[in-house]
Amino acid sequence: MPKKKPVKHSGDDDIAAPVSSQTGSSIDTLWWWLTHKGTTTSFLCISLFALLIRSAVSMYPYSGAGTPPKFGDFEAQRHWMEITTNLPVIDWYRNGTNNDLTYWGLDYPPLTAYQSYIHGVLLKIFNPESVALLSSRGHESYLGKLLMRWTVLSSDALIFFPAALFFVLVYHRNRTRSSKSEVAWHIAMILLNPCLILIDHGHFQYNCISLRLTLGAIAAVLCGSEVLTFGLFSLALSHKQLVIACWSNSVPVTSWSYCLVLSTSQMSAYFAPAFFSHLLGKCLRRRNPILAVVKLGIAVIATFVIVWWPYLHSLDDFLMVLSRLAPFERGIYEDYVANFWCTTSILIKWKKLFTTQSLKSISLAATILASLPSMVQQILSPSNEGFLYGLLNSSMAFYLFSFQVHEKSILMPFLSATLLALKLPDHFIHLTYYALFSMFPLLCRDKLLIPYLTLSFLFTIIYHSPGNQPVQKTKASIFSFKNFPGYVFLLRTHFFISIVLHVLYLTIQPPQKYPFLLEALIMILCFSYFVLFGFYTNYTQWTLSRHFRSSGKEKKHI
Amino acid sequence: MDHRENKDRRLLLWFFAVATAVKLLLIPSYRSTDFEVHRNWLAITHSLPLTRWYFDETSQWTLDYPPFFAYFERFLSVFARLVDPRIVDLQLGIDYGAESVIYFQRISVIVSDLCLLYGVYRLTRKLETMKRNLICALVIWSPGLLIVDHIHFQYNGFLLGWLLLSISFLQEGRDLLGGFLFAVLLCFKHLFAVAAPVYFVYLLRHYCWSVLVTGFRRLVTVGAVVVAVFVAAYGPFIYHGQIQQVISRMFPFGRGLCHAYWAPNFWVFYIILDKGLAFLLRKFGFDIQIPSASFTGGLVGNSSPFAVLPQITPLTTLALVLLAISPCLVKAWKKTHPGRVARWIAYAYTCGFLFGWHVHEKASLHFTIPLAIVAVQSVEDAKHYFLVSIVSCYSLFPLLYEPQEYPIKVLLLLLHSMVMWLGFTAQYADNKAQKKESGEIKSKFKIGCFEKCYLMGLFIVEMVSQFLHPYFLGDKYPFIPLMLISTYCTVGIMYSWIWQLRRILILT
Repeated sequence: MPKKKPVKHSGDDDIAAPVSSQTGSSIDTLWWWLTHKGTTTSFLCISLFALLIRSAVSMYPYSGAGTPPKFGDFEAQRHWMEITTNLPVIDWYRNGTNNDLTYWGLDYPPLTAYQSYIHGVLLKIFNPESVALLSSRGHESYLGKLLMRWTVLSSDALIFFPAALFFVLVYHRNRTRSSKSEVAWHIAMILLNPCLILIDHGHFQYNCISLRLTLGAIAAVLCGSEVLTFGLFSLALSHKQLVIACWSNSVPVTSWSYCLVLSTSQMSAYFAPAFFSHLLGKCLRRRNPILAVVKLGIAVIATFVIVWWPYLHSLDDFLMVLSRLAPFERGIYEDYVANFWCTTSILIKWKKLFTTQSLKSISLAATILASLPSMVQQILSPSNEGFLYGLLNSSMAFYLFSFQVHEKSILMPFLSATLLALKLPDHFIHLTYYALFSMFPLLCRDKLLIPYLTLSFLFTIIYHSPGNQPVQKTKASIFSFKNFPGYVFLLRTHFFISIVLHVLYLTIQPPQKYPFLLEALIMILCFSYFVLFGFYTNYTQWTLSRHFRSSGKEKKHI
Repeated sequence: MDHRENKDRRLLLWFFAVATAVKLLLIPSYRSTDFEVHRNWLAITHSLPLTRWYFDETSQWTLDYPPFFAYFERFLSVFARLVDPRIVDLQLGIDYGAESVIYFQRISVIVSDLCLLYGVYRLTRKLETMKRNLICALVIWSPGLLIVDHIHFQYNGFLLGWLLLSISFLQEGRDLLGGFLFAVLLCFKHLFAVAAPVYFVYLLRHYCWSVLVTGFRRLVTVGAVVVAVFVAAYGPFIYHGQIQQVISRMFPFGRGLCHAYWAPNFWVFYIILDKGLAFLLRKFGFDIQIPSASFTGGLVGNSSPFAVLPQITPLTTLALVLLAISPCLVKAWKKTHPGRVARWIAYAYTCGFLFGWHVHEKASLHFTIPLAIVAVQSVEDAKHYFLVSIVSCYSLFPLLYEPQEYPIKVLLLLLHSMVMWLGFTAQYADNKAQKKESGEIKSKFKIGCFEKCYLMGLFIVEMVSQFLHPYFLGDKYPFIPLMLISTYCTVGIMYSWIWQLRRILILT
C-alpha cells in the first residue's frame, strides 16, 4: 500500500535539507529510490497510491445517499445519464414528458452531457435498471453505486492523471534547479489533493474531467502551443461552466460577438482572464499580432462549433441550452460559501437591496476589477511563472466575486495553487487547509467526516514528508508577507479559531435562533483567509517581473 | 549518530502514519465473518466468567484461540463497553452491525498495530539506513497485512509484531527474552507453534550449550520461563479442570485437511493427483467410489475425501512438517548464528504452510513478514522475496470476493510490487557501473526470465478467473477459479520453499 518509500541512499546526512537546497544532486536524497528511474516511473508509483486512496474514499457514502426525494449530486449525475442515454440529443435540454427539468435538469454545457452519455452507456450494459427512463429515479443499489464510482475513478485515472503527468513534465523541463525529489513531491501534491478527492470520489462529481482539460491547457501554454491550448481550454469550458456565477459576465448575449474575450467568458471560466491575457500578451509580442489573434479565434470558434454542433441548427435550440446554463434565478449566492457576497450579506442584504439584474452587473464589475491587476500584468509581460500566478489570481477573483458561486468552486483557485506548490509551499498548505475547511459543513452533511480528517492528515504528513522540506521556503520569504509584523500572529489565531470551530461544529447544537451560526462563522474565517491569500498572490505576481529582471534567472519571453 | 537515529525514527513514524491513514480509509470496506467472531469473543470474555469462556456456544463462533488472546479480548471489551454496551452483549450483540462496533473494532486493530511498529523499529534499529527503510516499508506497508487485518479483519499485525520483537532479541543475542516473547506469542495464537522446533534447537545450542554447569543452569532458566508463561496462560483453566476442553477447542482436527478455499499448499497437488488418478482409473474400468465428502463442496467431514490415495491424518501432516523443517534444524545446530534466525523461522513457517493441517491462506503472512527482514541481506534474497510476496499477496485475493474491494486489492498488489521493485533496484544499485554522464543507474536487481513469465502468468490466471470464466461458463463450476488460483500459487510457494531450503543449506 505504500506510497513513497523514502530510502536514503548513503547513510549519513540525508537529503537536500531545506537549507542546503543547492545540493540538488539526487543521489543523497531520501527519495532517491523513488526518483532514480525518472519522473514517469515515480509518477506511476505515486499515481497508484493516489488511485488506492481514491478507491478507498469511494467506499464512503455519496452526497444525498438515502435521502429522497431529491437526493444529491450523485442522483443528478445518474439522472443525466438516464436522460442522455434515453432521449435524442436535441431533447436533452428541453422540458418534456420524459425530461422534467425541475428534477435535476441538465444545466451543464454539452461536453458534460456527452460525458454523461458515454458513462450512461457503460452503466446500461452492466446494470440497465440504474439508467432506465423514469423508473430509475432515486436508484440506489450496491452495483449502481459501484459502477458510478468506477466511472469517476476511471475518468480520473484516464483523464486527470495523464494531464498531470504532462504538466509536470513540461513544468519541470526548464527547471534544472528542481531536484528529482522535489518533482516527486510536486506530483504527490497534485495527485493527493484532498479537496479534489473528497469532492469527486466522496461527494460525487466529475471535476477531474474539466480540471484535466484545464490542466492540459495550462501545460500546453507552458509548452508554447497556443492553438492546442485554446482547443483544450474551450473543451474544458464546454464541460462545465466552471462556475455559474461567471455567467454574469456573459449577461448580454448581444456582446457574444466580442470575439475572444467574450467567447471565453461566455462559457465563463475562472481561468479565462488568465488564459486570455497571457495569450494576448504573447500574441502582441509576435511579429504579426493580428494573424496570431485570428488563429486563436479560429481555434476557439472551431472547438465551440464542434462541441455545440447538435444545438447550432436553430437559434431556438441554442438559446434554450444557453438559458439552461445560466440559472440566474438561483440568486447571487447559495448556502454558505466563503465569498464576498455571501460573507458581506451578513451586514448588507444584497438580495434585498438590488434586483438580480443589477446584481449581475455589479458582480461582473467586481470580478473584472479583481482580476484586472493580474490580467494587466500578463498583458504587459507574459511569462510562464506569471501565467500560473495569473491563473490563481483570476480564479480566486472569480471565486470571491462572481455570481452564484458554489463551495466546490474553490477547487479552481486551489488547482492553480497546487501547480505553484513549489513556489509558495507555506501558503499552499494553508490554502489547502482553509479550502478544505470551507467545504467542511458540506462534507459533514455527506457523512464524509472520516475521509475529511484522514485525508487532511495524510496530506499534511506527505507535505511534511521527512527530508523533503519544500525547498523554496527560504527563497519565497524574500518577498512575502512574513516580514509584515503580526502576520504570523494573525495566521496562528486564524488556525486556532478554525480548530475550535471544527470541534464546535461537531459537538454543539447551534442556537434555535441562528441555526447556521457555525456555518456563517466558518465562512467568515475562510473568506478572510482567501482575501489575504489573494492579496499576497497578486502582490507576488506583480513583483515577479521585477524579481526576474533583477535576478535574470528566467527569460520573460518564450 | 544521534541525529541519524532521530531522522530514522521520524521516517519510521512517517511510514506508519501513512499506513494508518490508509487503514482509516478502509474502515467501511467489506468485513468477513471473522469480524463477528472477534465481536463475539469480546462478548464472551466480557459477560461470562473465565470458567465458561471455552464452553459457551451461544454463537457458532466459539472461542478457539489460546488464553492470552482471550485475555486480550477481555481487555478490549472494557473499552468496547464504554463505546457501546451492546457490543459486549452475548445475545443482542449477535451480528450487530452498527457504526459503533465497526469503528471500535477497526480502530482496535489499527491501534494494536503499534506493536508491529515497535517490533519493526526494534528489529531494524541497528541496520544501516537504506536497509532499514526498506524493511519498514515492506512490513508496515505489506499489502497482505492490509488485506487480512484491515479489510478481512484479524489481529495479525499485532501478533506478527510480537514475533518480530522476539526475533529482534534473538538477533541481539538476548536469547532468554526472545524465547520468553515467543512463548507469549504461542499463548496468543498457537498457529505460531510451527517455528517452535527452530526456537528449541536454537536456544538449546546458542544459549544453553556451554560448560556443563552454566549450560544446565541456563536450560533450567529457559524451561522455567516457558513454563511460567504457559502457567500464566493456562493455569486458571488447569485449576478448573478444563484444559481438555480448551485444547479440543484450539485444535479442531475435525475441520479437515483443507480449508474451504484451498490454501496454496502441497495438499492441493495431492488432491488434484487423487482426482486425476480416480478419473483415469475409472476410464480404465476400475470401480472407484466417489468419496462422500468432496473438497470442492467446501464442507469436509471425517470420512476420507480421497478416492485413490491414502488418507491424510493430522499426524501425517505433523510428521511431514517436521521432516521438512529438519534440514534447517540440523543447520541451526551446526552453524548457529543469530543473524540467520529470521531466515530459519521464516522457513519453518513456510514448511508449516505447505504441509500443515487445515491451513488458512492467511498463514502465508507468517513467512512473508519475516522474509522481508531476510530480503535486504542479498540480491538473491531480494529476488526471491519479490516473487514470494507477490504470490502470497495474490493468493489472498479470493478472501475479498466482493466487487467493491476489487480495485483496492489490485492496486495494493501493484503498488507493493512497484515499491518493491523501485526499492530493491535502488538498494542494489551498481554504483561502479553507473555512468556519470547519462545518469543511468544499473542495478544488480533484475528479475529473471523464468520469474517474469511466472508473474505474467498470475495476470493471465486473474483474467481467466475473473473475466473469462464468468463470461463463458457463468455460474457453472464455481470452484474452478479458486482452484486455478490456488494451484498456480502453489507452484510459486513450492518454488519458494525449495529455494529457501537450498539457500539455508548453502549458506555457511
